Amino acid sequence: MKQQIRDIGDVRIISLSGKITIGSGDVMMRELINEGLDAGYTKILLELGGVSAIDSSGIGEMVASYTSAKNRGAQLKLVNLSRKINDILQVTQLITVFDVYSDQDEAIKAFA
Amino acid sequence: MRATLSLESRFESIEVAERALIDLCVEGGVGADEEYWILTALREAIANAIRHGHRGKTQESVRVEFRIQGEKVFITVVDQGNGFDPTVIPDPRDAENLLKPCGRGIFYMRRFMDEVEFRSGPGGGTIVTMTRKVTPRSIKE
Repeated sequence: MKQQIRDIGDVRIISLSGKITIGSGDVMMRELINEGLDAGYTKILLELGGVSAIDSSGIGEMVASYTSAKNRGAQLKLVNLSRKINDILQVTQLITVFDVYSDQDEAIKAFA
Repeated sequence: MRATLSLESRFESIEVAERALIDLCVEGGVGADEEYWILTALREAIANAIRHGHRGKTQESVRVEFRIQGEKVFITVVDQGNGFDPTVIPDPRDAENLLKPCGRGIFYMRRFMDEVEFRSGPGGGTIVTMTRKVTPRSIKE
């Protein structure tokens, strides 16, 4: 998995690409989100446009990060999901849990 | 067309199995979408064998068999663990499970394959067999 971190205003944007699968990106994703939370960011946008595959472990880390952000008074939103990643969230009904956007500007504006 | 692999019980082995299955799917003319979902199910089955079956014992091995016959892909994953009862797997879509960080692997396997069966091996461990009907690329396109 490859990652790129940037900030737009007070939004921390974590762009991921490659695989988010067990032993290959799942833990790294959680650590990147936690680093943002530890640094005091309360608006974290996970940009997944380059993610080619995710497994139940990657999804699990994403759910754990969502809960962790919420418990710390922060928000975690998702943007640019491929159709297949969207399907994977859909079948487990996690699409109803996450705030998902197709456009980065729209996602940034949606942070309260 | 078939392939048999004996893999070290490490997560890095999943990549090896993926590459072998991709080669077989390409050779068998399996469409890209179907290949994607079959790979997803394969990843989950091997990850379960390593994590839950062998529980970190890297000296154990995971045996994987792939076969494409007619318009069906057959996958078998065998571990040497203690086995488990697949009938007591909770539904990850239930409200009380929705935000749990684990418990979705078998659900994905069942969702993305037509048939998934778990049984105990003769000497212990778990044998997972999965099948999916595929539309060959040559027919699809």
